[in-house]
Amino acid sequence: MAMALSDSETMSSALSGSRRDLSRALTAIENGASFDFAAADPWTLGVTGPPGVGKSSLIGSLISKWADRGERVAVLAVDPSSPNSGGALLADRMRMQEADSADSVFVRSLATRNHPGGLASRISPMIDCLHACGWSRIVIETVGSGQSEIRIVAFADRVLLVDGPDRGDVIQAEKAGILELADIIAINKSDLPNSEQAADSVRTAMRLVNGSDTPVHLVSAHDGSGVDDLLEEIESCSFSVGRNRLRAREQLLSAWDSRLLDHPGLNEVLDSLETGSITLDEAVESLR
Amino acid sequence: MSIPVVNAAMLTRHRLLEVCPPTPSFVEMRIVIAKPGLDGHDRGAKVVARALRDGGHEVVYTGLRKTPGEIVRIVMDEDAAALGLSTLSGAHDVLVPAVCDGLREEGLSEVIVFAGGIIPSDERDSLHNQGVRAIFGPGARTSEILEFLEAASGRIESGEPVGVGENSGWRWR
Repeated sequence: MAMALSDSETMSSALSGSRRDLSRALTAIENGASFDFAAADPWTLGVTGPPGVGKSSLIGSLISKWADRGERVAVLAVDPSSPNSGGALLADRMRMQEADSADSVFVRSLATRNHPGGLASRISPMIDCLHACGWSRIVIETVGSGQSEIRIVAFADRVLLVDGPDRGDVIQAEKAGILELADIIAINKSDLPNSEQAADSVRTAMRLVNGSDTPVHLVSAHDGSGVDDLLEEIESCSFSVGRNRLRAREQLLSAWDSRLLDHPGLNEVLDSLETGSITLDEAVESLR
Repeated sequence: MSIPVVNAAMLTRHRLLEVCPPTPSFVEMRIVIAKPGLDGHDRGAKVVARALRDGGHEVVYTGLRKTPGEIVRIVMDEDAAALGLSTLSGAHDVLVPAVCDGLREEGLSEVIVFAGGIIPSDERDSLHNQGVRAIFGPGARTSEILEFLEAASGRIESGEPVGVGENSGWRWR
């Protein structure tokens, strides 16, 4: 039976290639442990979009192609926790075919634990850890159904927004501010009717966003069409300096959220707010 | 817990606390619910996954038709504390031991394994001998599964063996 290792022993075992200990190290980071990693430049892709458009399936297709090219692919799949119980049902990996068998693929499901800001602050060290352990393609998947969940993808160097036909949700994405963050847009389910129209309407909408030249790809995770082209686009997408400021802004907001939610005086201030003994402005002032 | 009088401000506050607790909420356990082998029925597994989520656990559902090797890999990558195997195909006497052996071989001896589905009572002993700590058949209540997990984590806290590779005769009821 394995003896319990200290966090640093676990990490050095992970760095020397133990998959079991990589998994344990990620848990330690998720629970707040910090490690020093050599400065590095991990390759990261954030994938977001409305529920049910096929993000996980599309990531599954990309994983297979990367694995064929000899890349080692790690996925951090983020899902929200239940606000009532604090529990979570994490089922993204069931849509990714090779996730459970290939040695060159590692998938970890993460719950927001009702504290997306808190998770966001752990995502960067998790990425560094995966990179240090030799994972050459790191994908972060989040459901684009809440601002703070979306913010998590701002920790990736390139962002892919996935939508489906018949949704019209690109307007929702626009409202949430994710369109500006997206480097590439994929309209999935091109095997279904109306997908061409959906792609056209997204292209039209994009042209209205400051004459944006964000590429829009029509793909099908189901039959594989368009996935090769999408992969090339993702591979050639360099770190977009133009979006640096937006990205930094989202990261700052995440950190700010996290700081607020972790503030020791939060409960007290909520009590005062509840009874009406202080105003909202005073509350903000006292939590500074 | 009941709140006799709820005014709008209180309701907002309670919602706010639910949505944004001051510290990350306490997570009970990370649990993988898996469907081994050629068995296309997962209503039961989904009901159990849902019940465990509602009990405060983080549940990873594997989807259908996983090989024992894939299930071991998922438990490892997800750093799960417990694994629930649902099988209705009659192949439990092959699949469940294969998963248990795989966990032990990969150094995952501390993982708590439980099973459910259609497992005849005279075949349960051999699964228990493989390290399966509980078997829940038709009619089992989801609350009982939660009680089992609570008892198992209580044993972990007091240092008593409960994992699939830890020598222990302990079993649930």
